[in-house]
Amino acid sequence: MKNTKWMMGAAFGAVMAGMAIVPAAAQDSIYVPLLTYRTGAFSGSGVSIADGMHDYLRMLNERDGGIGGIKLNIEECETGYDTKKGVECYEATKGKGAVVYNPYSTGITLQIIPKAGVDKIPVLSMAYGLSASADGSVFPWVFNPPVTYWDGASVMIRHMAQQEGGLDKLKGKKLGLIHLDAPFGKEPIPVLESLAKKYGFEVKLYPIAAADMQNQGATWLNIRRDRPDYIYNQGWGSMNPTAVKEAIKNGFPIAKLVGVWWAGGDEDARAGGAEAKGYKSLNFHGSGASFPVIQDIIKHVSDKGFSKFPKERIGENLYNRGVYNAMLIAEGIRTAQQVTGKKVITGVEMREGLEAMNITAARLKEMGMEGFAEPVRVSCTDHNGHHKVFISEWDGTKYVKASDWMEPLKDEVRPLIEAAAKEYAEKNAGWPKRAEACAKAS
Amino acid sequence: MFYREAGQFKTDYAADMAVFPIRQDRIGIALILLMAFVGIPMFASDFILNSVMIPFLVFSLAAIGLNILTGYTGLISLGTGAFMGVGAYACYKMTTIFPGLNIIVCILLSGFFAAAVGALFGLPSLRIKGFYLAVATLAAQFFLQWCFVRIPWLYNYNQSGAIEVAQREVFGVIITGARATPEVRYYVLLSIVVLLTWIASNIIHGRFGRMWMAVRDMDIAAELMGIRMLPAKLLSFAVSSYYCGVAGACMMFLWYGGGEANDAFSINQSFNVLFMVIIGGLGSLIGAFFGAAFISGFPTFLKFGVPALGIPLGGATAEHVTQIVVGGLIIFFLIVEPHGLARLWQIGKQKLRTWPFPY
Repeated sequence: MKNTKWMMGAAFGAVMAGMAIVPAAAQDSIYVPLLTYRTGAFSGSGVSIADGMHDYLRMLNERDGGIGGIKLNIEECETGYDTKKGVECYEATKGKGAVVYNPYSTGITLQIIPKAGVDKIPVLSMAYGLSASADGSVFPWVFNPPVTYWDGASVMIRHMAQQEGGLDKLKGKKLGLIHLDAPFGKEPIPVLESLAKKYGFEVKLYPIAAADMQNQGATWLNIRRDRPDYIYNQGWGSMNPTAVKEAIKNGFPIAKLVGVWWAGGDEDARAGGAEAKGYKSLNFHGSGASFPVIQDIIKHVSDKGFSKFPKERIGENLYNRGVYNAMLIAEGIRTAQQVTGKKVITGVEMREGLEAMNITAARLKEMGMEGFAEPVRVSCTDHNGHHKVFISEWDGTKYVKASDWMEPLKDEVRPLIEAAAKEYAEKNAGWPKRAEACAKAS
Repeated sequence: MFYREAGQFKTDYAADMAVFPIRQDRIGIALILLMAFVGIPMFASDFILNSVMIPFLVFSLAAIGLNILTGYTGLISLGTGAFMGVGAYACYKMTTIFPGLNIIVCILLSGFFAAAVGALFGLPSLRIKGFYLAVATLAAQFFLQWCFVRIPWLYNYNQSGAIEVAQREVFGVIITGARATPEVRYYVLLSIVVLLTWIASNIIHGRFGRMWMAVRDMDIAAELMGIRMLPAKLLSFAVSSYYCGVAGACMMFLWYGGGEANDAFSINQSFNVLFMVIIGGLGSLIGAFFGAAFISGFPTFLKFGVPALGIPLGGATAEHVTQIVVGGLIIFFLIVEPHGLARLWQIGKQKLRTWPFPY
């Protein structure tokens, strides 16, 4: 008994000691943990995004020697899109000097938001997470540029109006919202309903339970019965290709099915075969490999064998989304270096960098992203910016730009965001008042 | 040799019926408690507390709950995740309706809501058994999970459907919310687990426990001996769900600190706890702890512990390896010892008692 206990004790001690050893934060690099998911039910989309993020940051290391001469120490931690594992990753990496977190799941984002201010590490949830966190006066540590789901929904209404010939023509139209029956899926409902009241169109809800993502037959029977004029798809993972397939099967005009940006994976559209041509999705960055920045990634990362992503698929929509996300991280770091004058930054400085971030058209050109993205600017109170979005269309083999950049209905969205942020602070008794001074743009 | 009972004489019935009749066991338990209360908080890092110990304790509690039902009463349930959820949502509603109520009281009371719901869904157990009962409890899982999504009152009409854990203090110490230190949360959780384990042990060794075991071993015989099925089975469901409910409340308030709750209480969670009970050992309290440590702690060890020991194993590979290894080990343990880790422990102990002269 005692023997075993001693041995167990020794083994346990060894394990604990092993786990307690945290590599000393190297002073000559900036540690960027990437919470990614290459396994699990959502890995199909997760791998592209993970590789996009990794490859862009790696490219900065290879081409420029990091940012401001400081190398980036990139480490991926696998979350499997699971909240428990995500929080584990957060706890395991935060002590190593992480400057920013990209949780890449609404569930993990909600977990990390209250911790961000305590651990002094900002959260960058690019166009996902909590819409209300766009209010920087309540959420100083959370950033969600370039758009929120609520902006996305309002752009969908704009798109409908364009197709119909004006916002006044929307009266009597029917918009179906097919959505994941989870917090993420329900996000656009308040905005759509308030706009429906204003412009006189009708919103029909088609919730899909997470367990039924690949089994939407019954829902599409209802859609056939209701005959909506447009369908907006707020889905993720295997729900999206299934929706595309079902739309084709049920004879719904595919051109009138528009997905949120997360429903814009190449695999989602490819599932529908040739008939998926015309499927649309909202987007805030270009797709394809023609941009100089993507060429640089191919040259400096892929060709040298540092990328895990197949070279011929580089430039796919979700891969480029990862690149865009990594660009925001990198620009945040660069801005932080400029604002604070330090080379090696911490989470506190990164927060200032993200808040002062102002990616101009000239800067985009410098980065080889002309036409790839629109300028992004956040401010002290507006941590989102509510930037422009366009509609991209599947042409049978790739996504192409099918509309101009459209401004969201910011006047509709912003009051909702401020109200929701206020409510969040009220419900979380003890939510700290913003004490952080506004970061000055350089 | 090291585990010798020579000289330990039992002079009364109480000593003979004690939970730990052997002195070495008592010392062992005391050492474990000492380590849990003093050693671990002193030496463990935040990561160990947050990602290893707290999940382990939460799942131990849930596994004890399910063990009471499945291991001791022989009723199989696939609704554990949902019953945990009832506890979490009940606790959440209580903290918002009575903001002044002590949070620890809230957590302990929330179990009673889960117990009521559990007893209600336990009613079919009077008529059906085995797989059929499993299906009936599966219905509870789906129904309750549907409620968690579709009844916005449960999450106070939150835009994102999440439970938000507010900051609560007891005697000036912050216990919940983002500002609560891992040490405090660990101590609160550990105290709850120790208290509830002690109560469970007493229930099981007492009249109710024997009643349940009689039902488990042969319900018709138990009925003939005068055990009434309705109170026995429903009580088992209620007690089991109480433990699960408290575990759920602890999970949300002391571990996760809020978030998308309906996802955390899915059918996967039910299966997870069921595996813990089966691998740990049916009908054994220590088995609940073994099972929880194995299923919740082992993947974390493989993912973070192995690379920390110097073996490079990164990101997705670790995840795949974890799945393969955990799956393999489950099969291995079930083949080597179908009665679970608790039985392995018992065999080991028995061997040590007679070592070096086995007879």
